[in-house]
Amino acid sequence: MTRRRILGRLKTPIQQRLVSLAGYTVLILTAAIFIFLLLQSWPFFRENADLKFFTGDRWLPVSFPPTFQIRGFLVSSAYIAGMAILLGCPLGIVSAITMSEILPKSAGLVARSIFEFTAGIPSVVFGFLGLRLVAPFVARTFNLPTGLTGFTAGLVLSVMILPTLVSLAEEALNAVPREYAEASYALGATRWQTIWRVIVPAGKSGILAAVLLATGRAIGETMTVLMVAGGRLNTPGSIFDPMRTVTALIAAEVNNAARYSPQYHALFAAGLVLFTITFAINALAAKVIVKRVRGEKK
Amino acid sequence: MKKFFSIAALALVASLALTGCQPKTPADNGGTTPPPPQKATIIVNGSDTMVNMGAALAEEFMKTKENIEVVVSGGGSGTGIASLINGSCDIAQSSRAMKQEEKDNAGKQGTLHEVIVAFDGLAAVVHPSNPVKEMTLQDLAKIYRGEITNWKDVGGNDANIVLLSRDTTSGTHVFFKEFVVQEDGKAKGAEFADQTMMMPSTQAIVDELTNNVNAIGYVGLGYLKPSITALGMKANADAPAVLPSVAAVQDNTYGLARPLFFYIVGNLEGAMQTYIDYVLSPAGQKVVADLSFVPISK
Repeated sequence: MTRRRILGRLKTPIQQRLVSLAGYTVLILTAAIFIFLLLQSWPFFRENADLKFFTGDRWLPVSFPPTFQIRGFLVSSAYIAGMAILLGCPLGIVSAITMSEILPKSAGLVARSIFEFTAGIPSVVFGFLGLRLVAPFVARTFNLPTGLTGFTAGLVLSVMILPTLVSLAEEALNAVPREYAEASYALGATRWQTIWRVIVPAGKSGILAAVLLATGRAIGETMTVLMVAGGRLNTPGSIFDPMRTVTALIAAEVNNAARYSPQYHALFAAGLVLFTITFAINALAAKVIVKRVRGEKK
Repeated sequence: MKKFFSIAALALVASLALTGCQPKTPADNGGTTPPPPQKATIIVNGSDTMVNMGAALAEEFMKTKENIEVVVSGGGSGTGIASLINGSCDIAQSSRAMKQEEKDNAGKQGTLHEVIVAFDGLAAVVHPSNPVKEMTLQDLAKIYRGEITNWKDVGGNDANIVLLSRDTTSGTHVFFKEFVVQEDGKAKGAEFADQTMMMPSTQAIVDELTNNVNAIGYVGLGYLKPSITALGMKANADAPAVLPSVAAVQDNTYGLARPLFFYIVGNLEGAMQTYIDYVLSPAGQKVVADLSFVPISK
């Protein structure tokens, strides 16, 4: 509805052209970033044309000769993002359901503004809280040698992805036509049955998209994991070990790398891998969203 | 509407063209007073260990020389050397000697000068409640190579050792690796143990050490404080333990110490020569000593 109104206002060609120019700029920028990453990492892949980059476990940038292998960072990213999603999703989805279906409108508004406030907290602040509060707590609770572990990072991240998760999931639930719920109540279903059997299944694809976008957010988070995950450079044995994600690796080392040195190209190669992963996840989310929009129009 | 836009655009272009073509009016004073003297700027970048010292030196220096500005920033020795090679700084402060490859690259831009401006002693540090108060350099090396993993093997509690290190970005990391882990060439090719945690800053090491009874780390002498305990270093099992101190580094009895460098490309003349002379003068070396670094002479 709103979309049609916006388009309706854009009658003159120059305005239309400006809008499409802005749209194309974003597309071109994304393509340019991808091409830049490809060009900068190409020298690395040309000299290391095997899979050791992905399967090997040694990252020794200041040794002679240097070795660049990123399995440890990939596994760490998967551990931490996976844990954030496992913890954050149930919490986020239930919060979204509560806000959209159970709380009265005014209370829902308050809850939503609290989540939006959380979204505004800089990740370095989350990192600081993780360092001072969560890490000692984790070390004590699980009797670990250090509190700086993947588990700690996952715990902090699970809170950080909530705003993304909740606002998108809530939007998906709000988009479910009221008639569905009314029909359900008319058939004598309770509120509980209506929510779980009718509304949530109807908003399923939107919730899935929310989870996917939150996953992208979790994989992309840098500062917090750099501060609290502990910084071990090879494959961690379990989530309770210190570890370093691909994002933290790039953030920690890119300043040191002399331009066009092997380390510089290797870091860009890691960046390209990261870009590909998050791009794939976001593309999947976009596909789910498109499907939902098309499905509604029918 | 369309017409309005084209008129507006025309007016915009016209005004830009007019202002752009305005002839430059000569200065009001007609050249009677001499122009203010050109302010020479020296850009200093590099080692995080040296950034406070560099800033203090620059500050004291600029009090006497008003027409020279010295701008100091950190980022790591590697960062400084990289920007010296890129030409984006005039002095690279480095806590390690430049590698041959880096020297070759810098040599392409002009004559490379290496100036030792101070010494830095590293201290191996533990939690104050750790019963271990001294060890040999060899044991420290074994701990960081992962050959000794339990404190009881060096006379401490029965607990796993948590290894803390600076990130690979840090000159301190490279110095410690070459000087301790590889025992200054005796253990060629040795690397930090897999479980070593790379910390993004010295402060992060100090923070974790104050919380963690079983951790060991290394920091510059300037970072020693009552909340952490420096280990006495022994040259061998029978030698006396020497605590890190300025005097011990100067008279060469403390084993874990290193020189700190300024690297400059090009001819030493003008403002640059004035600044280097100041840094090496008694006044400059007093600033060095005030910041708990070790002056080059007694």
